[in-house]
Amino acid sequence: MAETGRLTRTPVAAPLLSPVTLLRIAIILALLAVWEFLAHSGWLYRDVVPSLMSIGSALTELLMSADFYFHLSVTAGEIGTALAIGGALGLTVGIMLGANRFLSKAFESYLYYLGPTPKIIFFPIMIMWFGVGPESKIALGTFSCFFPVALNVAAGMRQIDKVLIRVGKSFRANSWQMVVKIYLPAMRHPIINGIRLGLGVALIGTLLAETKLSNKGIGFLIIQAYSIFDMPRMYAMLIVLFVLAIGANALVGRFGGLHDIKRL
Amino acid sequence: MSASAAPARRASPGDSAAAVVGIGAVVAFFLVVEFLVQFGLVNRFIVPPPSEVLGSFGRVIVEEDILNRFLLTATECLTAGVMLTVFGVAGGVLMHRFKLLQQACETWVAAMASAPIVLMYPLFLVIFGRNAWTIIMMGFFAALPPVILKTIEGIAGTRKVLVNVGRSFNLTPTQQFWKILFPAALPTIFVGVRLGLIFALINIVGVEFLINFGGLGQLINELAERYDLAGTYAAICFVILVSILFFMALEKAERWLRPVD
Repeated sequence: MAETGRLTRTPVAAPLLSPVTLLRIAIILALLAVWEFLAHSGWLYRDVVPSLMSIGSALTELLMSADFYFHLSVTAGEIGTALAIGGALGLTVGIMLGANRFLSKAFESYLYYLGPTPKIIFFPIMIMWFGVGPESKIALGTFSCFFPVALNVAAGMRQIDKVLIRVGKSFRANSWQMVVKIYLPAMRHPIINGIRLGLGVALIGTLLAETKLSNKGIGFLIIQAYSIFDMPRMYAMLIVLFVLAIGANALVGRFGGLHDIKRL
Repeated sequence: MSASAAPARRASPGDSAAAVVGIGAVVAFFLVVEFLVQFGLVNRFIVPPPSEVLGSFGRVIVEEDILNRFLLTATECLTAGVMLTVFGVAGGVLMHRFKLLQQACETWVAAMASAPIVLMYPLFLVIFGRNAWTIIMMGFFAALPPVILKTIEGIAGTRKVLVNVGRSFNLTPTQQFWKILFPAALPTIFVGVRLGLIFALINIVGVEFLINFGGLGQLINELAERYDLAGTYAAICFVILVSILFFMALEKAERWLRPVD
């Protein structure tokens, strides 16, 4: 007689790596293999595509050098100052435009259309106004980050729940209290989003200005590596810069709780 | 930018008054600057009087061959635009078609969107040389991520009922794509193309300025190096005008493509 038994589900061990991770690893390995092949093929001019080993050693050398951290601190200081000034100005202007319909209709379109213009072309003006030192780079970074912050804050102000504003008014909150207790907490996400965008453009504006005319900062190091054709060092700096820029962007988003917002 | 274009509606008297105040404030600002410069309160070798900048427009247009420079920048922008439309949309479609690829790479593309790609211009100079291709490729790479991301979003956002209609007609996957998915995703894809073209223009003019090669960006650099202050300001105003008109034209095109509710 056939033996009947209970059907039991055999526990299936979860794969160590998911297919997505495996694919990612495969893509990265394939790209590295193609890179290494190109580096040794002789098809390109020497050092245009340096070997991974030479980039790795340039990266290690870069991260070990005190000089790099000095230049990094200069650039970080410029970007931080630009973000602080541009962010504060953008926040103030954004609140004014968002709170007053008439002002918004009168001036917001100027900001809206000036926002996407290339900011680096203002660098000659910044040099004339602020000199060739870090001030002109800070000014360009400030000018770049002002627009996204102002536009995001103005849009965020208009999206504040009217009930919250009525609650503030019913408590007879003055303008300052309204800003601090109602507007700013209610606009946390648009403000953080504006700062995130502002950080990105301030970083680009400041670094591009450094590549154009400077004697310190990461932008200066990149253009110096280009002028002496030290390609491994240039790749190493670009890698560090990209990691820092993407990391800073993700960090601002995470601290601002942007990841909590449901994607529609 | 988060602010979106306001829907077209009839202008109220309040709108007209606001527009007048806006224009009036801009005119008043320039008059104040003119006054300050003419009376020596602001150094005219740092800020030229607005009347001088206005007067130098004609000189810059005629003597600096601005039309050809504009056409050169426009051609670079158009080439980058065609490339990013073809490769960006194809990349987005490919990633949507192969879900595993999308899951593996979408975050990379999003990270690329926040990376300062334009800073790679010295690298592009080494690879492509100091010519138009460096500028075009810079514009192309910097503008690619939004096109890919918006294409994925557009196709993924196709209404279920439309997909089911396609299935009920027994459409092949190719027919399903060309007859249902692509037309439904087109407005969103165009949003990506619009963003991409704006990024491309910003980067192209910026790189022209930085490497002192090409059209309008190079003009600003040349005038600044000659210390032609009024000319530099006029050229900057011209570039701003061009980018605003470009931006407005793209917005109009986007509104035209948007489905009517």
